[in-house]
Amino acid sequence: MIITKKKDINAILESLKGKKTVFLFGCNSCAEQCATGGEKEIKEMTAILEEHGIKVVGSSIPDETCYRQLILKDYRLKPELKEAEAVLVLACGAGVRTVADAADETQPVLPALDSLFLASVERVGRFFEGCSLCGECVLHITGGICPHTECPKGLLNGPCGGVAHGMCEVNIESECAWVRIYKRLEKQGRLHALRNIAAPKNHSAGTRPRKVLLRESGNSADKKGRK
Amino acid sequence: MEIKTRLKDELSSGRFVITAEICPPRGTDVSSFLEKARLLRGRIAAANVTDNQRAVMRLSSLACSVLLMNEGIDPVFQMTCRDRNRLAIQSDLLGAWVLGVKNVLALTGDHVAFGDHREAKAVFDIDSVQLVGVVETLNSGRNMNGTELRGKPDFYTGAVVAPEADPFGPEWIKFEKKVASGAKFFQTQAIYDMDKFKEFFDKASNTGVKVMGGILLLKSAKMAHYLNNNVPGVTVPSSLIEELEGASDQLEKGIEIASRQVRELKKFCHGAHIMAIGQEESVVKIIEGA
Repeated sequence: MIITKKKDINAILESLKGKKTVFLFGCNSCAEQCATGGEKEIKEMTAILEEHGIKVVGSSIPDETCYRQLILKDYRLKPELKEAEAVLVLACGAGVRTVADAADETQPVLPALDSLFLASVERVGRFFEGCSLCGECVLHITGGICPHTECPKGLLNGPCGGVAHGMCEVNIESECAWVRIYKRLEKQGRLHALRNIAAPKNHSAGTRPRKVLLRESGNSADKKGRK
Repeated sequence: MEIKTRLKDELSSGRFVITAEICPPRGTDVSSFLEKARLLRGRIAAANVTDNQRAVMRLSSLACSVLLMNEGIDPVFQMTCRDRNRLAIQSDLLGAWVLGVKNVLALTGDHVAFGDHREAKAVFDIDSVQLVGVVETLNSGRNMNGTELRGKPDFYTGAVVAPEADPFGPEWIKFEKKVASGAKFFQTQAIYDMDKFKEFFDKASNTGVKVMGGILLLKSAKMAHYLNNNVPGVTVPSSLIEELEGASDQLEKGIEIASRQVRELKKFCHGAHIMAIGQEESVVKIIEGA
């Protein structure tokens, strides 16, 4: 799940300066679970914007706001969306990007959230970053704990000198990722896996922007070409 | 041809070797830095130059290493992985060599979260184990991608180990990896428990590397408390804190404690590495008292 947090409302109002009408997008997927882009948040945002003299002409909470076809459908069916002076998106950056792509290029599409990380969900409302989408997974060596992500220095060959009583020097409330890796592999009788020297990371696997194309483009509903 | 460094010569000779750390200034006025260095000249085998220590921006460790060389002091160029990617690391290493620097100490580096530029991007493109390997790769005449170098360095490569790390298991594996990557000498993080350190030393020196025990000057009981609460990987035992608290002159007591620790090390260890953070003039007294 993609974790988001609300931007400061003044920053949002600043980005909407001069606009009289706005359409809101939420997201019924990640942002809904983060309590940043569900029905409640859309209502709250509507009230705040109206208070500041900005008319909310409509809203939509697609199942996945990062899904272009769903957004295009809203653009086809909701004339008020096309006519709004701006679109404010309560979803992650991928959602904002998708709406911005689906919109007419003259229509500003603005983020209401900051996107934070890809999370493992411990339970409702408790999110932890466990993967940084680096493109070169090492979890088979490190017992399912990612040192690239969970060690603030991203060290690949063991803990730094800052580990104190097993705790991380940067996130002092958290146990050092390498100490956790060590303990888990010890339980699995696999400490030997840590004795091999890990080569420097191949960052080319993460060169941005990345894309995966499993099929040809050309859906007839998709009139606009990818930019 | 084997390039000699004073540090390497002395460690190879089997004599007890003393090095000390000098911190570059926060600006271009190097007068106090050089004054401190001159005090140490002739009394230590080599001086370590810290690399933006504690992630606080200072004059470059490479520039200061060259300044020390010009003063007749063998520098240990400390290089962390925090501020440079692999291109800059290799480039600066080759630069250090052509300027005459022969000893390199490879470190991870404190996180920027501790420093004076907390919004900075922490690089850590490679880690300290890999950095040791990079130095050795350059020594072999190739760069990290295997391309042959036109002219190669021959660094005396050092690394750091924390003998009092808790837990010790992962630290030992990392130590072994640094040895396997080509580290020839180790300067340890601050040590306090000599019996435990002797055990570590016996095991570590068995791998064939030279190990120098790290001595951190305790300037006051307040500093010891500060270290315990704020500095990762350092735990000053309460007996030493009590000793400092009971002294009329805590700095003098700290110097006395450090001298005593160096004397202890002389009984079994290859050397001592003295870290006096801002009190480099006290290093002379520590050495004289040891």
